[in-house]
Amino acid sequence: MISIEGLSKVFTSNKSSVTAVENLDLNINDGDIFGVIGYSGAGKSTFVRLLNRLEEPTGGSIKINNEDITAMTARQLRIARQDIGMIFQHFNLLWSRTVEDNIAFPLEIAGVAKMDKQKRVQELIDLVGLSGKEKAYPSQLSGGQKQRVGIARALANNPKVLLCDEATSALDPETTNSILDLLVDINKQFGLTIILITHEMHVIRKICNHVAVMESGKVVEQGEVMDVFLHPRQHVTKKFVEQVMGNGEEDENIHGLTEVYTEGEIIRLHFIGETTNQALISQLAKNYEVEINILQGKITQTQAGAYGTLIVQIAGNELDEAVRFIKEKSSVEMEVIQDAK
Amino acid sequence: MLNDLFQSIKIEDLIEATKETFYMTITALIGTFILGIILGLLLFLTSKDGIWKNKSFHFVVSAVVNVFRAIPFIILIFLLFPFTNFLIGTIRGPEAALPALIIGSAPFYGRLVEIALREVDRGVVEAAKAMGAKTRTIIFKVLLPESMPALISGITVTAIALIGYTAMAGAIGAGGLGSYAYYSGFMRRDFDIVFLCTVLIVIIVFIFQFIGDIIATKLDKR
Ligand SMILES: Nc1ncnc2c1ncn2[C@@H]1O[C@H](COP(=O)(O)OP(=O)(O)OP(=O)(O)O)[C@@H](O)[C@H]1O
Ligand SMILES: [Mg+2]
Repeated sequence: MISIEGLSKVFTSNKSSVTAVENLDLNINDGDIFGVIGYSGAGKSTFVRLLNRLEEPTGGSIKINNEDITAMTARQLRIARQDIGMIFQHFNLLWSRTVEDNIAFPLEIAGVAKMDKQKRVQELIDLVGLSGKEKAYPSQLSGGQKQRVGIARALANNPKVLLCDEATSALDPETTNSILDLLVDINKQFGLTIILITHEMHVIRKICNHVAVMESGKVVEQGEVMDVFLHPRQHVTKKFVEQVMGNGEEDENIHGLTEVYTEGEIIRLHFIGETTNQALISQLAKNYEVEINILQGKITQTQAGAYGTLIVQIAGNELDEAVRFIKEKSSVEMEVIQDAK
Repeated sequence: MLNDLFQSIKIEDLIEATKETFYMTITALIGTFILGIILGLLLFLTSKDGIWKNKSFHFVVSAVVNVFRAIPFIILIFLLFPFTNFLIGTIRGPEAALPALIIGSAPFYGRLVEIALREVDRGVVEAAKAMGAKTRTIIFKVLLPESMPALISGITVTAIALIGYTAMAGAIGAGGLGSYAYYSGFMRRDFDIVFLCTVLIVIIVFIFQFIGDIIATKLDKR
């Protein structure tokens, strides 16, 4: 459990002072993938850097598993940092070292014996899928491969927490997805708590369980990813949800649809964190004598399952039975837009 | 004919002088490398966003470096006579040239080291800190290895200046090719010797440049 209370950071220069993080309270559960999203300058990087005291807080406290990070001496902090992995947007690998030597670096810092070190490095290389690249230098790797080295390096000392600052922002969408998959994998395998900073909602959508939205140094909204998707309260949050779900403009076309498709019923299905009834459409088509025509929709996958809406036209002899099945037997919410009967 | 041209040259003397030049250059180079890296590290680490940020200390080191860089080498040798005499027990011969050679070139190299360290990616230093690295680890496992190609090119440039300094020191009694050219050549109006010494010094410079370039290229994995 990570508990953060009243965390603040004020940068003071000669003339001016900037409050980058202001009186921030947050609790993060063990084994969670916790996303922090916000626009540029919201204070996300400052926040994550406060967690391992790369930036000294100007107020508040951070406790990781009841150890008060903020009260530690420099020496205690160095030991504590070996339990907090960190990965970076620009990877920050040592170009003078090979892949294996980069991964060995945190082990050298922790004073791991040579034999154990070699064994651990090989394990990590296999874990992140870089076998065969042991002797390569960072300059010979692609961005995605570099980030894999970064992840292996961050995991070397079996940390309890992994901090990711824009870890995928320098990567293309395909590579981003493979890195995110790797992070989920690691989270599941080792029960590692991941704190992930991003400005892209689809990253949150894809892997996070909880999300906090930051704006000018404060958390303005937080909760389970699904809840925040369903009921965004703040303007910023709505903007971020629209990044993934579109902005609901397509609803305006529904009237057009109802004029064209006059047969049967037009129904809107809401998938809200659906894991069991994802195959609903094919179930209906198989089990009932109905024709299903998908008219419009947007479904996206989150850690809690499928999320989104689908507008379908259902017609046929067993229409009523099919509709009753959706209502009573499935967890998909349903709304009848037009009943032609 | 060749014997005729270079008849006054004693080959043993020439070899001895070349050896002395090599000895002075290499020994002074080692001293310069160590002292320069210490100076460069101090300058870098005590600077505005360094690990040991310390304004007054930085100012003092920086001032000392600048003053020593400003003193012309030939005058530095004179200034250091008492110090050299105390340290080496004489002011003549190759050994006696070393304090002046090192003190003359280390501040210059120190600045080159500082520039090289500034070029090290700050993110990498940050990553090392995030892993719990001590300052010593950051210096020896991050800053120095990551700046090594620049440190090597820097020491190559310094070595070439240093060869020039040995010749200058030679002219006032330090030995080496500079001495030989001055005392046996110039003073006796024997320009064959001056010419031959020049050729040898140019060859030595080329050798240092060549080795420096090879090492720097080999180390650079960027
Ligand atoms: N070292 C610093 N000195 C002074 N001000 C700083 C410093 N670091 C950050 N700031 C300020 O703090 C605020 C928050 O910056 P931060 O880097 O945390 O934002 P961010 O949310 O990570 O933005 P981005 O998405 O662009 O990375 C900004 O106004 C920034 O100018
Ligand atoms: Mg940032």
